[in-house]
Amino acid sequence: MSTKNTDFKNIERTAKNREKTWKIITYVLLTFWALIVLFPFYWMVLTSVKSYGAYNAEYIPQLYTLAPTLQNYVDAFTAVPLAKYFLNTIIFTVITTLIMLMVTVFAAFAFARLEFRGRNLLFTLFLALMMIPNELVIITNFVTITNLGLRNTFTGLILPSITSVFYIYLLKENFEQVPDELYKAAKVDGTSDLKYLFKVLIPICQPTIVTITILKVIECWNSYVWPRLITDSPTYFLVSN
Amino acid sequence: MNTRSLKPWLYLLPAILFLTAFMVYPLFDVFVYSVEEGYNFASQTYSGTGIYNYSYVLHDQYFLQAVKNTFILVIITVPLSTGIALLISLGLNSLPKLKDLYQTIFFLPYVTNTLAVGLVFMILFKKTPYSEGFVNLLIHFFGGESVDFIEGPYWAKMFVMCFYTVWIVLPFKILILTSALASVDQDLYKAAKVDGTSRLRIFYKITLPMISPMIFYLIITGFIGAFKAYSDVVAIFGVNLNAAGMNTIVGYVYDMLYGDSGGYPSFASAAALILFAIVLTITCINLLVSRKKVYYD
Repeated sequence: MSTKNTDFKNIERTAKNREKTWKIITYVLLTFWALIVLFPFYWMVLTSVKSYGAYNAEYIPQLYTLAPTLQNYVDAFTAVPLAKYFLNTIIFTVITTLIMLMVTVFAAFAFARLEFRGRNLLFTLFLALMMIPNELVIITNFVTITNLGLRNTFTGLILPSITSVFYIYLLKENFEQVPDELYKAAKVDGTSDLKYLFKVLIPICQPTIVTITILKVIECWNSYVWPRLITDSPTYFLVSN
Repeated sequence: MNTRSLKPWLYLLPAILFLTAFMVYPLFDVFVYSVEEGYNFASQTYSGTGIYNYSYVLHDQYFLQAVKNTFILVIITVPLSTGIALLISLGLNSLPKLKDLYQTIFFLPYVTNTLAVGLVFMILFKKTPYSEGFVNLLIHFFGGESVDFIEGPYWAKMFVMCFYTVWIVLPFKILILTSALASVDQDLYKAAKVDGTSRLRIFYKITLPMISPMIFYLIITGFIGAFKAYSDVVAIFGVNLNAAGMNTIVGYVYDMLYGDSGGYPSFASAAALILFAIVLTITCINLLVSRKKVYYD
């Protein structure tokens, strides 16, 4: 009887030890990758507060600085009109994201809730469009925008960046998860589709909509190829140019 | 009745309009460009139609180099990044503490500007007469020979490229996989625990099948994304990618269109269509494989 008892304890102990080892390995690996992720950021901040001379004089790069300076930030804003670029990027991002949200919400709603002929066919076509690489269409869009005389304008920057099948798809999946009963109840009450969309669906699916907004803002903020093609006047440069 | 059937189309109108103007129409247009021979951008004339543009592009050594680079990049980074992302998400999921902190750190690269971080990577890996560069110091520390990763041998440049790509695509994959892992039914795990199933077996028999749709989604989009690599390469190796021998297919398209050697929309279109054909083929293969392997309930 007693031997059995200790056996159980032994088993319990080894199991606990094993659990502990797993945990330690996990933490070590995760911390390792976290360091790799964080290091470039640390480096960026560090270099940004080093003076130019100090940065160049280092044969062996130093991981700390004794004389931090903000001069580089001042220079960045005075050497090129960086403030203007920032403003441009913000305008571009806000307008694009707002229009994109409207277009996406309406399209997703139509696909998720409204019945019409050819819905599935149209949706499949939309999905097929997802596969086309952006760079493929960039050539024609460049020509189209140039022909419309929209180079170096915000309209030209914004128009092609609006639609994203990826987000329509994501939001449609989310809309469909909302129980059908709510829609029917709203119909019985005589609520219009538009009112149902804004009063019921959008509040319920808020997390997804917020996610889409954040993703789109990041995408706009980081876009490089299209802005570089379509603007050659510094008045419309974005930060990444 | 008429207004009712019209209404859905009204909702869809903006999306269809924009997609037609900036996705569908260009697709046809690119095709037309690609078969027009000797197209002149200034006078908008061309001398004939045929497949000369394709054969020119396919015989251009810069294009072949770009294809090679792109394929190496895709073959290395897609499995590697998906695997690491899976490992990290599994680790994250099992953490009792600090999960949010780690998650935030891992998400950071997604929020930053690719160009800015690319420049940092370049500086870290670069070896100039004035400075060894940080990575080389690390190599010295462990007793290795220093290598110029930016202008040095081909494998070194490829390594930087792959490392940076993995670094930059991981956050999105981790995000998708952690949420997929979190949504796996916990009862399955409890049942397995009661049966005394081993960790490895639980992973293969429960976790992997349950999150396989998301994994395949990541692999498919990963392939598409890796084939489209361009701005990351520019950030590390500068605008003149052909000289560096590190051009990608998209970079080639871009150069043909707008770079110093640019002004050839026909060649650019042909190259872009070849890229599309490659991506489409691989996506179809992926979809076929996924239909066999992925578990849908």
